[in-house]
Amino acid sequence: MGKPMRIRAKAANGETTVRALMAHIMEGGQRKDSSGNRIPAHHITDVTASHNGKTVLTAQWGSAVSQNPFLAFTFKGGAAGEKLAISWKDNKGDSRTDEVTIS
Amino acid sequence: MNTTRRQVIKTTGVLGTLVSLGIITQAQAVAADARAGFSTKSFADAIASLGGTPTTSADISVNTPDIAENGAVVPVGAASKIPNTTDMWFFVEKNPYPLAASFSFPEGTDPEVKTRVKMGTSTQVTVVVKAGGELYAASKETKVTLGGCGG
Repeated sequence: MGKPMRIRAKAANGETTVRALMAHIMEGGQRKDSSGNRIPAHHITDVTASHNGKTVLTAQWGSAVSQNPFLAFTFKGGAAGEKLAISWKDNKGDSRTDEVTIS
Repeated sequence: MNTTRRQVIKTTGVLGTLVSLGIITQAQAVAADARAGFSTKSFADAIASLGGTPTTSADISVNTPDIAENGAVVPVGAASKIPNTTDMWFFVEKNPYPLAASFSFPEGTDPEVKTRVKMGTSTQVTVVVKAGGELYAASKETKVTLGGCGG
């Protein structure tokens, strides 16, 4: 289990804007440690966002997404008080889901 | 300066050459599976893994900084005005693995995302979108003063 994500979801004019900051090392697999060994890749591969159980965004990521990834998107619908959940999976089988209330 | 026209010429030139050289073939396109593009090391193969040849479109806006000081964290964003946009891919052309991220938009979600990616060096960011089964592309150049892919 990674650390909690920071998610903000705000409803305005019939649309909900979501901004999320995930806590993940996102090791690209290109860097080497002090003894010259390659540090193995460790990054998020799949991200899913859902609103009231309905998927509103899916993403697949490679190693080029930055450390502690940021993601912002907008979907139609959503009202204050409803739930929005984002979950991720990484290439080592770790995963995390966080849920917020839309404001 | 008419940048759109410049980009159209540039991108169609590159993609057209790829097709004529047979680098992008229909067979490769069909064999493509969802994650294949992420393990591809060349930009041309990564584009081919999408299963088609994108046409350049002015209806995709690519938002990247002109100059990024730190290649490890470069904000990128893109929005598509093409109706029925269902998927979007971000390519960082000169990265070891050019395909950085792909997004799928179910109905009701705006085809617009923002995220942050790593860039090894100054490079072209190409955004490809799928709308109504067709592929469209747009590119923008970003200069990186400090690379972010390690070494």
